Amino acid sequence: MAYENRDRVKIGLEIHVQLNRLKTKIFCGCTTNYHGDPPNTHVCPVCLGLPGALPVVNRRAVEYAIRVGLALNCGINEHTQFYRKNYYYPDLPRGFQITQYDYPIAQQGHVTIEGEDGEHMVRINRAHMEEDPGRLVHEGTIDRSKYTLVDYNRSGIPLLEIVTEPDLRSPKEARRFLDKLRNIIEYLGVSDLDLEGSVRVDANVSIMDGNRTEVKNISSYKGAEKALLYEIVRQKNLIRRGKTVTQETRHFDEAREITVSIRTKEEAHDYRYFPEPDLVPLRVRDWVAKVKEELPELPDARKERFMTEYGVKAEHAKTLTGQLKLAQFFEDVVLDGVAPSMAATWIADVLKGELNYRDKTIESFKKEDLIEIIELLAENKITERSGVEIIRTLLDREGQNVPSIVKEKKLVKIESDEIDTAVKKAIEENKKAVDDYKDGKNEALNFILGSVMKKTRGRADPKKAREMIIQQIKEE
Amino acid sequence: MITREDVRRVGWLSRIELEDSELDEYSRKMGLVLEYFGVLDEVGGDVDPTYHVLEIDNVFRDDVAGEMLSQGDALLNAREKRDGYFKSARIV
Amino acid sequence: MSIDRVRELVESVGIEEVLHRCSERIEENKLNTFITTDFEGALTRARKRDGNGGGRLQGVPVGVKDNISTRGIQTTCGSRILTGYVPPYDACVVERLKAEGAVIIGKTNMDEFAMGTSTETSYYGSVRNPWGRERVPGGSSGGSSAAVAGGEVPIALGSDTGGSVRCPASFCGVVGLKPTYGGVSRYGLISYANSLEQIGPIATSVGDVALLFDAIGGYDRRDSTSAEHEFDTSSALDSDVGVEGMRIGVPDEYFGEGTSGAVRDSVWNAIHTFEDLGATYEIVSMPHTRYALAAYYVIAMSEASSNLARFDGLRYGYRVEEGDWHTSFSRTRREGFGEEVKRRILLGTYALSAGYHDKYYLKALKVRTLVKRDFETAFKSCDLLLAPTMPYPAFKLGEKIDDPLSLYLSDVNTVPINLAGVPAISLPCGFEDDLPIGLQLIGNFFCEPTILRAAHCFEQSTDFHKRKPGDV
Repeated sequence: MAYENRDRVKIGLEIHVQLNRLKTKIFCGCTTNYHGDPPNTHVCPVCLGLPGALPVVNRRAVEYAIRVGLALNCGINEHTQFYRKNYYYPDLPRGFQITQYDYPIAQQGHVTIEGEDGEHMVRINRAHMEEDPGRLVHEGTIDRSKYTLVDYNRSGIPLLEIVTEPDLRSPKEARRFLDKLRNIIEYLGVSDLDLEGSVRVDANVSIMDGNRTEVKNISSYKGAEKALLYEIVRQKNLIRRGKTVTQETRHFDEAREITVSIRTKEEAHDYRYFPEPDLVPLRVRDWVAKVKEELPELPDARKERFMTEYGVKAEHAKTLTGQLKLAQFFEDVVLDGVAPSMAATWIADVLKGELNYRDKTIESFKKEDLIEIIELLAENKITERSGVEIIRTLLDREGQNVPSIVKEKKLVKIESDEIDTAVKKAIEENKKAVDDYKDGKNEALNFILGSVMKKTRGRADPKKAREMIIQQIKEE
Repeated sequence: MITREDVRRVGWLSRIELEDSELDEYSRKMGLVLEYFGVLDEVGGDVDPTYHVLEIDNVFRDDVAGEMLSQGDALLNAREKRDGYFKSARIV
Repeated sequence: MSIDRVRELVESVGIEEVLHRCSERIEENKLNTFITTDFEGALTRARKRDGNGGGRLQGVPVGVKDNISTRGIQTTCGSRILTGYVPPYDACVVERLKAEGAVIIGKTNMDEFAMGTSTETSYYGSVRNPWGRERVPGGSSGGSSAAVAGGEVPIALGSDTGGSVRCPASFCGVVGLKPTYGGVSRYGLISYANSLEQIGPIATSVGDVALLFDAIGGYDRRDSTSAEHEFDTSSALDSDVGVEGMRIGVPDEYFGEGTSGAVRDSVWNAIHTFEDLGATYEIVSMPHTRYALAAYYVIAMSEASSNLARFDGLRYGYRVEEGDWHTSFSRTRREGFGEEVKRRILLGTYALSAGYHDKYYLKALKVRTLVKRDFETAFKSCDLLLAPTMPYPAFKLGEKIDDPLSLYLSDVNTVPINLAGVPAISLPCGFEDDLPIGLQLIGNFFCEPTILRAAHCFEQSTDFHKRKPGDV
C-alpha cells in the first residue's frame, strides 16, 4: 500500500560528514586528532589563514570522497574544481571557505531505505568536498556573552557535504536515511562517527507545496527526527490558522526540542563564488575504477551475503549488518565454527538487546565467550535461559568467564530426577492450573511450567519439563 | 553609473564602513573606473574563460603530518587572546 | 653595485663593514626605501654562516619587498592594517635566499598591498626616485627598485602583478624580471591577485638578475600553481651565444598615443641595435591589447577583494574594538586600509557580485583567453617580443595620484604579460631629461633563458646600464 503523505511533506537533507579518519587536514599537514587538545595547537599558516600561506589538496581526501560518492551510487565528475565561498565569520580565517560549487566531485546518486511503504529510493543530488571552519566558544550564553573565543583546531578538517533531493516524506524516513548513511560511511572507513562534531545535519522542510524552511544546527540523528516533527507540526498549525509559512532559516534548539527563527541581517547571502585561484583543477575519472575495486563490502551487499552464504534470516541479517562491528563479530564467530543460525539468533536477538539496554557496544563482549556459551547450548549442557543469564553476568561483572559463572550459579542442566521432583511439586502446588488444563485450557500448562522453571532456577530443559508435566498429569 | 546605494551595499558586502558623506566621492571615482571597464562589452562572449594560465592539474600532497605552529606562535600577532583562544568581539 | 663587487667587498672589508655602508647609504639617500631595517639581525645571521657558507649569494645584502613573509621581521604590505605583524614563517623565496647565504637587511617600501604604479599609496610614506627626488620611483615595488638604483643594496626582490617589478625597474634605470607564472613560488607572498602575480628579482645588471632568479626560482610543493619546470639560465649569459638569427616581434599596440617621443626613439634605437647584433624584427599585431587593461583590473580587483577579506583584526594586525563583530570588523578595515585599497576591494566585490559577475568577472576571464591567444600567435613567428616598458619616464610625485584612471592607464604595456602568464624583463635603453627609459623584452612560457640572453647582449653592447643617478 503506497504511502499517502496527506500533508505532502517534503524533506531534503544536507549532511556534513567530517572525513576524520584522514590523518591530516584537507589543505595542509595539520593533524586531525584535535579532540581533547588545547585550542590552537593543531594549526599552521594555511589553516590559520595567515597572509601568504597557500592550500594544497590532500590526495587521500579526494579518494575518500570518491569512495563515498560511489557507495551512494553517484557519478564521479571527470573535472572537478574548488571554489571560494566568500562570507565573514570569526571561525572562517580567510574570509572565505574553500568548497566546491559548479563541478562537485560526485553527483546524482541514490540510496534505498525502508520507507513508510516498503523500499523507498532517496535521490542524492550531490556530494562535494569542503573545509570545516574553526570553532566558536561563547562565554556564558550566546546572547549575553561580551565576547567570543575562537579555536582554529577544526579549521581545515575535511568535510564531505551530501545533499539529497526532497524525497523524504516523513521524519521517520529522514531518520532511516540518516541511519543508512551512517551505516554506509561506517563501512567505508572514512569517518569515525562517534567523535563529537563528526556529523552535522541541516534539513529543508515543506508541507502542502508551501514554502520551505531550512532547519540548522542539528547535531544528532535523534535530534533530526525531533526537529522535523516539531517543524512539521509548526507549519501545519500555521496553515490551520490561515497563515502562510515564510521561507526562512530556523535554528534547532536541542535542549528545548524546538526550532527558532534566526533574526539575522536581512541581506540574502551573496557568496560571490569564483574558482579558487590557488588550487588547480582535478581530473580524477581514472581513479574511479581503482577506488571501485577497492571499495569494501557495503551493508546491503553484506546483508545479501549473510542470507545467501550463511542462510541467515532477512531480519537477522538486517540487524547484524546494521553495525559494522556487529557484522564483523558475527562473521568471526561463524568462522570459528559456530552454526550461523545459532550465532545469528544469539547475537541479533539476545546479545544486541542486552548491550543496548546497558548502553554498551559489541566491543565489550568477547567472541570467545559467546562461542563457549553456544557450545554449551549445542551440547545440551545448559538451557537457553541460562545462556541469557551468563551473557548478562558477563556484561554486568568484571573479570568473569563462562566456566566460572556456570559453576557459581550451578547452571548446568539438571538431570531428569530433579526435574521430576520439581514437576511433582509444581503440580501439587498448582491444583487450579492442573484442573484448568484438564478442562482443555492449554495455557495453564505454561503456568505450571513457569513454576517448574522457577524451582529449578531455569536450569530445566523446558521441552523436557513440559513433557513430564503432561505425562504426570495424565498419570494422575 | 554606480549609485550611492550600490556603494553602501557593496561597502557592507566588503565589511568596509563608509560614512554617508563619503558615498558620493566613492560613487564618482568608482563610476569612472566602471565606465572604463565598459570596453569589455565590445568583446563577444563566445570563448572559454581562462582561470589558470598554466595547464596544470592534479596537484596533491600526501596524507602525512606536517609542521604545526606552537600555540604561542599561532597567537603571536593577536591583540586580544585568552586561555589559548583568539578573543573576538561578540558575534550576534 | 653588482653581486660580484659586493662579494669582493665582503671578502676584503668584512660583512659588518658592508652592512654599515648599506645603512649609511640609506640614511644619506633619504629615499624612504625601507619600511623596516634589521641590521642587527642581519649581522647576527650573517656571522652565523661566516666561513662555512658557500652560497651563490654569500654575504650579499638584499632588500625584500614588504609583501613577502619574513619570519621574525615585521611584514606590513605598506599598510596600516598590518602594522606590527610579524610572520611566524618565511616565504619560500626567503628560505632560498637564506640558503644561498644572502643577508636580508630589511623590508622595502611599496604601494599598499601592491596596488599602485608609483609607490605613493604606502601608509609609510612615498618613496623617492634617486634620479629625481621629486619623481616617483614607479610601483608597486618602488622601494626595492629605488634601493638598488640608489646603491643601498645590490639586489632586491619585488612582486609583479600588473607591472610592479618592470615599471619601477624602468623608472629607476635598473633591471627587473617578471618570471613565467608558476616559475617562482608564491608561498609566503601576501596575495593581491593570485592568478596574475609573481615574485621577481631586481638588480643593476642582467647577469645579477639571472643569478637571483636561479636562486629563488623553481618548483615548490607548497604552491599548487608552482611549475615543475627546471630553468637553465646558465647558458643564457654565455658570451659565445648571441642573438644571431633571433626573430624579434614588435607589437604595434604597445606604442600607444600616450607614448612619449623619447621613449619611442629609445626603443626603436634598441631595435636597430638588435639588428646590428644579427637579429631580425617584424611588426606584429596583438589585437586584444586594447581590452587587456580593463580585463586585468577586473580580475585583479576581484581576486583582491577576496584575498583581503581575512584582514579583520582578530588573528593579527590593526584592530578597532567597537560594538559587535561585524561593526568592529568594518571599522577596522575603514581605518586600516588606504583609499586606493578600499576602492579596489569595493570594485572587486561589485564585479563578483550577483548580477554583475558575468558582465565583469567572467567577461574579463574570457578576454584573458583572447589576450593569451594573441601571444601564442605572435610566438609562432617570433622568439621574443620587444616594446617600451612604460609609455613615459618617471612622472612627478602627486601628479597622477588623484586620478586613479590615469594611473591605471600607465600599465597598458605591462598588464597583458601578466594576463597571459609569460615572462618579461625590463632594462634601461635610454633617457629622457636624465630620467631612465625601460626596454621590455617578452618571452614565451618558460623562455627566461631567451629573454635573458637578448637582454644581456643588449646590455653588453650599450652603456645605459653604466649610468648612475647623480652622474650628469
